[in-house]
Amino acid sequence: MNTFGDPTIWLPFAFAILMGVSILIYVILDGFDLGVGLLFPFADAGEKDKMIASIGPFWDANETWLVLAVGILLVAFPAAHGQILTALYLPVAVMLIGLIMRGVAFEFRAKAPLDHKTRWDWTFFAGSLMTSLSQGFMLGMYVMGLTWTLPHVGFALLTAVFLTVGYSFIGATWILHKTEGYLQMKSVDWAKGGIWGLVLGIAAISLATPYVSDRIFDKWFSFPEALWLAPLPVFSTVLIVWLWRMLQAMPYPDDRLSWAPFAAATALWTSAFGGMAYSFYPYVVPEKLTIYESASAPESLFIILIGTVFVLPTIMGYTVLSYFIFRGKASDLRYD
Amino acid sequence: MDAFILSRIQFAANISFHILFPTITIALGWVLLYFRVRFNFSKDPKWMEAYGFWVKIFALSFAMGVVSGITMSFQFGTNWPGFMEIVGNIAGPLLAYEVMTAFFLEAVFLGIMLFGARRVKPWVHTTATFLVAFGTSMSAFWIIVLNSWMHTPQGYEMIDGVAHATDWWAIVFNPSMPYRFAHMMLASFLTVSFLIAGISAFRLLIGGHTNGVKSALRTAITAAALLIPLQIYLGDLHGLNTKEYQPAKVAAMEGIWETESGAPLLLFALPDNEARENHFEIGIPKLASFILTHDWNGEIKGLNEFVADDGTILHPPVDKVFWSFRVMVGTGVLMLFVSWASVALMLRRDPVTGARRGTAGLARPVLYGLVAMTFSGWLATLAGWYTTEIGRQPWLVQGVLTTEMAVADVPGAMVASTLIAYLIVYAILLTAYMSAIFYLARKAARGEPIRTRVDPSPKAQAAVLPAE
Repeated sequence: MNTFGDPTIWLPFAFAILMGVSILIYVILDGFDLGVGLLFPFADAGEKDKMIASIGPFWDANETWLVLAVGILLVAFPAAHGQILTALYLPVAVMLIGLIMRGVAFEFRAKAPLDHKTRWDWTFFAGSLMTSLSQGFMLGMYVMGLTWTLPHVGFALLTAVFLTVGYSFIGATWILHKTEGYLQMKSVDWAKGGIWGLVLGIAAISLATPYVSDRIFDKWFSFPEALWLAPLPVFSTVLIVWLWRMLQAMPYPDDRLSWAPFAAATALWTSAFGGMAYSFYPYVVPEKLTIYESASAPESLFIILIGTVFVLPTIMGYTVLSYFIFRGKASDLRYD
Repeated sequence: MDAFILSRIQFAANISFHILFPTITIALGWVLLYFRVRFNFSKDPKWMEAYGFWVKIFALSFAMGVVSGITMSFQFGTNWPGFMEIVGNIAGPLLAYEVMTAFFLEAVFLGIMLFGARRVKPWVHTTATFLVAFGTSMSAFWIIVLNSWMHTPQGYEMIDGVAHATDWWAIVFNPSMPYRFAHMMLASFLTVSFLIAGISAFRLLIGGHTNGVKSALRTAITAAALLIPLQIYLGDLHGLNTKEYQPAKVAAMEGIWETESGAPLLLFALPDNEARENHFEIGIPKLASFILTHDWNGEIKGLNEFVADDGTILHPPVDKVFWSFRVMVGTGVLMLFVSWASVALMLRRDPVTGARRGTAGLARPVLYGLVAMTFSGWLATLAGWYTTEIGRQPWLVQGVLTTEMAVADVPGAMVASTLIAYLIVYAILLTAYMSAIFYLARKAARGEPIRTRVDPSPKAQAAVLPAE
């Protein structure tokens, strides 16, 4: 593979990996705090405060991964950025307004007069819902090649529902880890109620992707690649079964393994995402534009990469530090 | 209206809404660090009282800035794909460095700064406050670098119609960057000074005479009085820089149509873009020439020099730039007057004790004046940005890319629908933001502990909450 000595090959490839990792980290991290927002209508006032406390120190940084992901798309693959975002103009706008609503509701619910709090709680829920639905919709449209036909939109509406339920599932597993008592028991029920979204979502995309394009079909079902790929669906199935069995018995005594459902959900998410990335590579705009065709000039990519090599590990480091400082059960958030 | 003009209005609305909040957080971060450090050394609780109040407004402003900023990063793609296609090789790395060196830093340490005071050691909390302040300033630095490059592009070459970087040092330290960055940082500090002064004055007026409020008020007024002359001087330098690199903008700011020597400084005029002349001019003879060239008879290029032979107009719409500039300067002069008068009143000595009066020297009408000036920094900042950004038109990147070339091929109706949605959301949020700040101030003045995110006990909450 000496083509990887060529900067017009390895630089776009490196940035595709970086972008993939950013998107993955985003859907897991913002996935749980969006999920917490989606579960808001099922919680009472005290529980809502606890739920907010469980994501309070993190949500800003979680959303920054979206900025990084779309930023890499923008700076590394500018042509693709334009094509994808103009094709998804309306769902992007819905998502942005959703993100605005939930982000500010987060602050206002605690700072506005008490009688406005319920209103801001609903805003937080509505914003989370708009964001999740539009992201799921965009995922479906992307899988279908970004063309607006009726069956494609229908499929995208399905993935919108699945992703939203999937987010509520990962949100429930986060609450399960970060709380105790009655709310924790409730979160086990929420997780049991939401797992189907994740399962159906992964199934729908896994089944649809190969049929949209012969190229992807061949990648998955030709020999010997199929052998290498077989562990992926097997691993996912094992994880789902384990998750389901665990949830039946949770919470365990002494809060043992309360982190495990969230970790399992993360693993599932990761394997599904890895499968998708494998399918679409080397295309960034499905079947139209490869990462190599749409990449920025090598000298520009190189200057970004230098920074990335130093900065990204630092970011990872202090992100871990922040999760470490706020480890354990969520206590009431206080400024002092 | 067509998609082009609608997209421009939409971008202008988004960026105008967005800039309000970074303008507050950039300087407020440093002010919070100042409060925190003063407390560390003096152990006087008034500084933590000030910190505790203003950190909430910081959190609120920060959230508003984050969510409106995410909108911006998507708009490049949804509405202006031509921008990244032509100059993406330059803009890309600058934006990437902003995300990597600034966004994560501020977002991660914000959590520790807001909620970590009891979980981490004091020095860690102080450091977190510093890193958040540093992060917001880094963010300002990178975005100003990119913005300045769009005004005064350097260090690149065009290959097949696409800009390629040749010299990153020249790109980052492009000719207008130092002036623009310093001007914006000072604008942020002035905005925050008047915000703190206004809200503190409001708290004094309604009876919240705590030491924290008085110290915050004194700090804010002093900072404003010291910084405003510096800002006026810097604005002048920035103007001279603009005259060299973007003479059409300066001609529009001064409303000068024909090249003239000894041009007057127009105090009032109604520039007419169609007739290409001013109505109702009132001016001070020769002053514009003196300010811009430091020579009473210096020559200033007129707008008519920037019309191509085929009639294409290569200068900005004059009335908007002319008036934005005057609103900015007018607000600045008012800031100078108010802050210096307030300092003079605070420095007066009490005839009996002989001690300086401090905030007690500010009579109620003065406090009302300060309250009226609470958001004056926003007005000046927006007017300044309109001057410079509208002043760059018809260019998106001066001399390289016109705004019209960059717009997306999206139907006008679609842009119109998203524009209306954004405008409604922004109007609601701005109202909510401003009323939340005054609500927090009223609450603090009543001496109630400010309710944090989680109430102490569900019982206490049930007692306050009406039955739902």
